[in-house]
Amino acid sequence: MTARTLFEKVWDTHVVHRLPEGPALLYVDLHLVHEVTSPQAFAGLRRTGRTVRRPDLTLATVDHNVPTDDRSLPVKDPISAKQLEALSTNARAFGVELFDLGSPNQGIVHVIGPELGATQPGFVIVCGDSHTSTHGAFGALAFGIGTSEVEHVLATQCLVMTKPRTLEAHFTGALAPGVTAKDVVLGFIGQIGTAGATGHVIEYTGEPIRRLSMEERMTVCNMSIEAGARAGMIAPDDTTFAYLQGRERAPKGAAWTRATGEWRALRTDPGAAYDSRVTIDAGRLAPQVTWGTSPGMVTDITGRVPDPASLPTESERQAAARALEYMGLSAGTALEGLAVDRVFLGSCTNARIEDLRAAARVVRGRRVASTVRAMVVPGSERVRRQAEREGLDHVFREAGFEWRHAGCSMCLGMNPDTLQSGERCASTSNRNFEGRQGRGGRTHLMSPAMAAAAAVAGKLVDVRGWSQADLPAPPSLEMAS
Amino acid sequence: MESFVRHVGKAVALPRENVDTDQIIPKQFLKGVERTGLGPALFFDWRYRADGSPNPDFELNQPTAAGASILVAGANFGCGSSREHAAWALADAGFKVVIAPSFADIFFANCCQNGLLPVALPAAAVAEITRRCAAGRGAYRLTVDLEGESVEDDQGFKAAFHLEPYRRFMLLRGLDEIGRTLLDEERIAAFERRRAIAAAISA
Ligand code: SF4
Repeated sequence: MTARTLFEKVWDTHVVHRLPEGPALLYVDLHLVHEVTSPQAFAGLRRTGRTVRRPDLTLATVDHNVPTDDRSLPVKDPISAKQLEALSTNARAFGVELFDLGSPNQGIVHVIGPELGATQPGFVIVCGDSHTSTHGAFGALAFGIGTSEVEHVLATQCLVMTKPRTLEAHFTGALAPGVTAKDVVLGFIGQIGTAGATGHVIEYTGEPIRRLSMEERMTVCNMSIEAGARAGMIAPDDTTFAYLQGRERAPKGAAWTRATGEWRALRTDPGAAYDSRVTIDAGRLAPQVTWGTSPGMVTDITGRVPDPASLPTESERQAAARALEYMGLSAGTALEGLAVDRVFLGSCTNARIEDLRAAARVVRGRRVASTVRAMVVPGSERVRRQAEREGLDHVFREAGFEWRHAGCSMCLGMNPDTLQSGERCASTSNRNFEGRQGRGGRTHLMSPAMAAAAAVAGKLVDVRGWSQADLPAPPSLEMAS
Repeated sequence: MESFVRHVGKAVALPRENVDTDQIIPKQFLKGVERTGLGPALFFDWRYRADGSPNPDFELNQPTAAGASILVAGANFGCGSSREHAAWALADAGFKVVIAPSFADIFFANCCQNGLLPVALPAAAVAEITRRCAAGRGAYRLTVDLEGESVEDDQGFKAAFHLEPYRRFMLLRGLDEIGRTLLDEERIAAFERRRAIAAAISA
C-alpha cells in the first residue's frame, strides 16, 4: 500500500462515495452545535420537513452569546435570550443533547468536546465555527463549516467536500523557558502569513510538538484557521491516550484497548508526501505579541512596531498603515512598555486549566495594576470548578481579576463583555481584527502568562524576566470533572 | 439554492486585503435567527461612524457605489469567522459576485451555498479591474459568465476564471445540495452498517 499522511488516513476512512463531479461525500462522526450558527439550519430542516439524521452524533452547547457574570439572573439582552431559547427549543424538538446555561458541562464548544472525551482520534468533526480546528490536536480531522453546511450535516450526517491539500509544519529545536504553545502558533502564522495555508490541512510535526501537552496542542491546532488552513492535525500518541483515558465519552474496557490499537496507526507513514512543507526552528521563538489588526501582524515582545514603508508590497504597506492608525501606534514603538487598559484571559485558544494555572503562577501574590481591568473567563464550567478546587479563583480574585462563568465572552464581544473604543487589551484569544472585542477596541494577542504579566505591570512586558512564583505543580493528568 | 448563470452589473472596488467576516458583518448582527434582512448590517463599522452617521470616506458610501452588484476586493477576502451571515449580508445588499485574488475557504463555500459567485482572478487582473472601476466613476460594468467562466467589460478587458466543477454544476442549476445528498441515502446507510460491523468484529 502506498504511504499515506495522517490526514489521508482519516479522510479515506470517511469517504462514503465519490460524487461524479469530483468531491467526496464525507461522513461526520461528531457534529458540534452552538447557538449562533445553528438557528437558520434548524429552520431549514423545519421548512423542508427534514429531521436530524443522527442526533446521537450531535452535541450542542451555548457559548458565544451567554453572559458570564451572575448565572442566576435571566439573560438581559432580549435578542440574545431569544437566540439561546431557539437552540433549546430546537434541541428538544430534534432530539439533540444540549448543555444549556446552568448545565455543569456548559462551555465553549471546543473546550467541552475534548474534556468530555467526545473528541477522539481519527474522527471527522465539524461545527459551525472556524476554530473547530482545535480538535485536530487529537488526530481528528476537524474543521469549521457555514450554516448551510450545518443544515446539510444535520440532515445527512455527511458533508460534500473536495479533498484539501496537505501542509507539514515541521518544528525543530526546543522551546526556550517562558515560550509557550501560543508563541509557537503565533510565530508560525507570522512566518507563513494569514493565507499561507489556505486550502490546506496542516499537520504539525517534530519533537517540540510531541512534547506539548494535549491542552498546548489544542492551542496550536486552534489557530490553524488564522493561517488560512481548513484544519490542523497532530498525530495521536501516549500523551493523547493518557488525556482521553477515563473521560466519560471515551471508549472503556475492551473498546478502549481496541481503540488505542487503531489510533496508534494514525500517523503519517515514512515516505508519505505532503503537498507542501515548512520548517520552523522552535528554539528561536520568543514570546509573541501582535501589533496590528491581523494575526499575522505579530512579532517578538522584544520587538518594535514595524515601519509600514519597510514592507515589501504596496498592499502590505497600506494594510500596515491602516492597522497602525487603528491601533493608535506609531512605527518604531517598542512593544514592551505599551500601556494596557484591559486584560482578557479566555477563549477556546487559551482558557483551559493549564492556561489558568500558567497565568495564576504569574499572578500569585501580586496585584493587577490600578489602571487595568482584568478578567478570567474559564473555557468551560468544568474548567471553572477545577480551578476553584485548586484555589486559582482566589489567586485571581485576590490579585484583582474578575472571575467569570464559561463562555466566549470578550473573544468576540457578543455578550456584554466588550472593550470600549480606544481601550487597549492584552488578550489570550485568537483574533485581533478591528472591532473584534468591541468597536474601536485595540487587541494584542499573546499567551496566558504574558497577558497575566501585562495585567500586573499595567503594560506589555517580557514574562521571561519574571520569577516563576510558587504555585505547586499540579499532579499530572489530573482530570477536570 | 439560488442559481447563478450570468450576471451583468456595476462594479465597486474595496481594495483592501484580509477583509475578515467580522468586518463584513460585525457580531452584534449575529444574534438573529433569520437569514434575511442583513443587508443594512453589511460593513457596518466601516460604513457608519461611532455616532451613527455615514462615514463619507468609506468606499461603498460613495455616491458612485450606489447600485453596485459586483464587489472587487483584495486578497484573502472573507477570512476569519465561519459566519455565513457574511454571505447573507452581501447577497441581501444586492451583491451577486465578489471578485478577489483569493478567498478564505469557508467564506468561499458559504458564497456558493447562497448563489453569490466568488470569482478568484490573478492579482494583476483584479488590480486592472480596480483601476478601471475608479476611472469609470460609478459607470464601470462587468459581465460575469459562469457558463464560460469569464469576466469581461465592454472596453476590451477579459479574464478567465475557474470554479471547481462540482460547485459550478450546482450553481448553474441552483440545485438543493441536501436533497441531492439524500438521494444517496442507501450509500450512507451502507457506510454506517459497514462501520458497525467492523467495530463488532474487532471488539
Ligand atoms: S472563544 Fe472566540 S474563537 Fe473560540 S469559539 Fe468562542 S468566539 Fe469563536
